Amino acid sequence: MDGISALIVDDFSVMRKIVERSLRQSGIELNKVFEAGNGAEGLAVLEESRVELILCDINMPVMDGLEFLRALSGLANAKGTPVVMITTEGSEAHVVEALSLGARGYIRKPFTPDQVKEHVLPLLGVKA
Amino acid sequence: MLEVAVREVFELMLSCQLTASEGLSDGPLNMTSMVGLAGQLCGVMSIRCSREAAGLMASKMLGVEVSKVGPELCDGFGEICNMVAGNFKNKIAGLSDGCMLSVPTVITGNDYSLTPIADMAAIEVRLRFERMPIAVSLQVHS
Repeated sequence: MDGISALIVDDFSVMRKIVERSLRQSGIELNKVFEAGNGAEGLAVLEESRVELILCDINMPVMDGLEFLRALSGLANAKGTPVVMITTEGSEAHVVEALSLGARGYIRKPFTPDQVKEHVLPLLGVKA
Repeated sequence: MLEVAVREVFELMLSCQLTASEGLSDGPLNMTSMVGLAGQLCGVMSIRCSREAAGLMASKMLGVEVSKVGPELCDGFGEICNMVAGNFKNKIAGLSDGCMLSVPTVITGNDYSLTPIADMAAIEVRLRFERMPIAVSLQVHS
């Protein structure tokens, strides 16, 4: 699989690094990783750049993950880009809402690289 | 349930099995991470450990040498508490939807005590992380 570019949106810098590491450990080659500390920063990245994958937390300041999902529909650079939520929020309501807003997957923290692999690889057209 | 939640976070995110606390003397617990809970369950979850233990947690999360952990130490330690609190509430039926978590707070220092103004006894779990003591506490307000 050729390398991809990804956007990781989480208000904890350590978690962004963990998500990046999990992607690499799951066998995904990353050419470029963009990071954002909240949904608004994530939108700013996407206004300038196109990515092949977005991973996003829900609970963030300024703009949370669900607001970010709502705003993505208006961004040309985000058209067709799969979004996977990675979050401590595990309620059924959050899962349903995120998926109804266009998220293609939902991973609850704590997670393993294998779980990232299972959720992400099929979205990139690769068998997990 | 609290102990299960703690152990899962350490096993899945740090690839580390926590061990029992008996038989070893406690060292200083001079770092504390706290997360507030509100809604159907009101209270405070806290994790106390030494700065050395918190640094090792961050290094394992980041996949770097302990010496290379800088400002991410507090970030990482706070996120551990956030994940333990989230994992715990997701295990209690009905609590996932009805309980919100605050942003984590990390406190460092050698001479302080924490006194949540809660009216119920705390649940505390004492374990060892790489032979270093950690104390996880859930203080609930009725």
